[in-house]
Parts: sequence; C-alpha cells; structure tokens
Amino acid sequence: MNSAISASRGALVPILLVALWELGERAGVLPPDTLSSPAAILSAGAEALRDGSLLWGTIETFETALGGLAIGTLIGVALGAPLGLSPVMEAIVGPTLDAIRPVPSMALLPLALLIYGFGARMEIMVVTFACTWPVLIVTVSAVRAIDRRLLEVARALEMPPLLSMFRITLPAALARIGVGVRVAAGIALVVAVTTEIVLNPRGLGYDMIVAAQSMRPDLMWADLVWLGLVGLLFDLCLRWIERAWLSRYAAGPA
Amino acid sequence: MRARRWATRIGALLFAVAVLGLWQGLADARLLSPVFFPSPLRTWAALRAMAIRGDLWGPAGATCLRMFYGWAAASLLGVLVGASIARSAAARIYLQPLLEFLRPLPASAIIPPAILFLGLTNRMVVTVIAFGAIWPVLLGSYHGFRSVDPRLGEVAALLRIKAAPYLWKVALPSALPDIFAGVRVSLAIALILAIVAEMQAAQSGLGLNILMAQRSFRSPELYAGIVVLGILGLITNQVLLAAECYLLRWRTLIR
Repeated sequence: MNSAISASRGALVPILLVALWELGERAGVLPPDTLSSPAAILSAGAEALRDGSLLWGTIETFETALGGLAIGTLIGVALGAPLGLSPVMEAIVGPTLDAIRPVPSMALLPLALLIYGFGARMEIMVVTFACTWPVLIVTVSAVRAIDRRLLEVARALEMPPLLSMFRITLPAALARIGVGVRVAAGIALVVAVTTEIVLNPRGLGYDMIVAAQSMRPDLMWADLVWLGLVGLLFDLCLRWIERAWLSRYAAGPA
Repeated sequence: MRARRWATRIGALLFAVAVLGLWQGLADARLLSPVFFPSPLRTWAALRAMAIRGDLWGPAGATCLRMFYGWAAASLLGVLVGASIARSAAARIYLQPLLEFLRPLPASAIIPPAILFLGLTNRMVVTVIAFGAIWPVLLGSYHGFRSVDPRLGEVAALLRIKAAPYLWKVALPSALPDIFAGVRVSLAIALILAIVAEMQAAQSGLGLNILMAQRSFRSPELYAGIVVLGILGLITNQVLLAAECYLLRWRTLIR
C-alpha cells in the first residue's frame, strides 16, 4: 500500500515533465527541431516499431554485445583460473596485464576498424576487450578464495590438472564468476551502443545518430527512450538470472 | 622472503620483455602483418617522433582539459545532487524513479541529442562527458550520505551544530570514501567519453588523433596513441588514489 503511494508519487515528476514538454511544444515555446513533442516522439516510435527497424536495430546491437560478452568471458576465465591457482604465476603475468588494463576500450575502436573494417566483427572485438577485464579480475579472486581442502582432495585423487580444473576448481568458483559476468554484461551493451554511435553503421546506436543527423528529432528521442527501456529490461533480466544462478550454486555445501 | 619478492619482480619484468620481444620477433619475421600489428620498436619510434614534432602534446593537453572540465562538473553536481537526495525523503520519492531510468542509459546515448542542441562543438564534448560521468559520483555520494552513522547526527544535534557545519564537518568526511570510489569510476568514464566525443565531433585531441592515424593507415602512430591513452588512464587513476590516501589518512588513525 505504502509502496504503491510512493510509486505513484515517483511517477508524478516524469509525467509532469512530459506534460509541460508537450504544452511548451504546442505553445511554440520549445524548439521543435531539437526537442520535438512527446506526441510526435510516440508516433515516430510506434512507426519504427511497426516497420521493424527498431527491432532489427535491437537484434543487431544485442548480437554484438552478447557475442563479445561470450568471448570476453571465455578469455577472462581461461586466463584468470590459472592465475588464481598459482600466486607465482600471478606475480609474473599480473603486472603485464595491469599495464594493458587502463587502456580505454574506446581507444581500440580505430584499431578494430583497421583490422576488421565496418561490421559486426570489429564491434565484437571492442566489446570483448571491455568484457574480459571484469571477468578476469573476479575469476582470479574467486579461484584464489576456493577452499584449499578441495584442491587437496583433487591432488589426493591424482586428478589430471585439466579434469580437476573442470570438475573442482571452476564449479567452486562459479557463483562469484557469475557476478563478474553480470558486471561485464552491463558494460557490453554500453560499449556496443557507443561503438555504433561513433563509427559502426549498424544497430540502435547508428539508428540514433542517423536520426539526429537527418533532422528527425522525434525518431531520435524515440530511439533513446527505447534504448532506455531495453537497457532497463536487460538489467532486470541479468539480476534475475544472477539470483536464480546464485541460489542454485551457493546453496550447496559451502 | 625478500629474495623471493625480488625474484618474482624480475620474473614479471622478464615476462613483459618476453612478450614484447616475441611480438618484435614475429613482426621482424613478417609473421605478423605490419599494418595491423606494427612491431614495438616501430611504435616507439612513432611515439618519439610525435613527441619531438610536438603533435602529441597539443592533442593530449586538449583531451586532458576536456576530460577534467567534464569530470569536475560531474563530480560537483553529483555530490550535491546525491547528498540532497540522501538527506531529503521527498527528493527520494519524487526523483528516484526518474534517476533509475536515466542511470542505465549508455552514457554515449546522449551524444546524438547533444549534437542536435550544441552542434559539433567543444561545449558538446564537455557536456557529454559531464552527463556520462555524473552517475557513479551521484550514487557514491548518495550511499555515503545515507550511511552516515545516525549516532553522529544525534551527537551533532546535542551539541547544537547547525546544518551547514554538520554537513561539512561530519557528514561529508564520513561519506568521503564512497564519494571517492564514485569519483574514480567517473574519471575513467570521462576519459572514454572524451575519446568518443572527440571522434564524433572532430575536435582535436588524442581520440581524433588515433582515428586519423587509422584513416591514413599509419598504424605505428595508432598504437602510439593507444599507449598514450593507456598511460593517461593509469596516471589519472594513480593521482586520485594518492589524493584519496591523503584525504582519508584519518581512517588509518582510527583503526
């Protein structure tokens, strides 16, 4: 009951803003060539939904975001697990990785363009670079925090290293690695959209910048709102998956 | 123990040198494409040439300045808004849903509207940086001010400390660790957005530099630019870490 009241109060400010916006637009106070009007934005959004361009852009964006996330997760876990198992190796390889890490992902944009040209692959490369780091860091600390006795059991059973990696080390660290993947997933979407806005002619980001440059503010704002909704939904999905995942893996004997 | 630490340090150095050496060897043997992966020595030569010619410092300075202005504006606004939302229940109720919707938006998504409003100008770049970099500070400041120990507030009320000195002397220091965490993330975002917005608006800077290097296939210069951007990211983060250590030195005294 209480939350319903506060939720309706929370909706008050956005509704008021939109109403003022529409009124200002009708009265000719606000510039129609940059702000457009909420009604026009809504109809532009409906139009883009109907002709499929909005959905197609969303698919293209998520294709690269999820592709880069998958590859980045693989690289991050593959590098992070051995580093977490052996402190000596981490001391030796770690500084080199630390030297590469501060490179902003967007600085790789021209490089990716040079190597792959426009298209999905260059975008996936940039997303992969951005997603690898959070997964790598979390994997190192998750593997390091595994109960030593588990690893001793593996040694006592004389498991080959690869088998013990897949049967013992990774399952024990999985719950915490999942947290890193969630962080990386949020980054993946942002990096994909940014790449599209700046360079790559595909996906939602490109739709937005084209709408802005062809003086279609209504369509641009519609794209922006859609992007916000999709981002929110994606975030909710990730949270839900993480909770389902954690309850499954963290519930086992600690 | 000490000898072992030195051994791993030397090992780390050797590893880095080995990676660069391998790269150089493969490039010399023409096993790596010289266009895509120029050898480290060629990259170093390009970096030196750029530094001597002077066309490194101008763009680097421009990028730093833009990043700093945008980041400073974002930090100031972020702390103020975060603190006021944390302190006022009404602001929380009315503003939080709006902020919750704005926050997950990719920071770069405001580049198209910013271009519509401000054109391809320096102001646009700084605005984009400020808007994108504000969220971590805002959230950090919000959490910091929310988690001020309520007993501190009671003591302040008992001592009849007014609101302004209370905020400045009690609440702010107590919120500072959270604020600093946000401010550091903001700076990293500011650098990324500076690069991105420069590329988009063709404003001179390191971001535009590397894009131009790519367009003319001068890949050693492209790599040199990436290295400089990495160093810039590293240095700015270290400076903030040092500032944090200095401003929060009282924390180690308490423990």
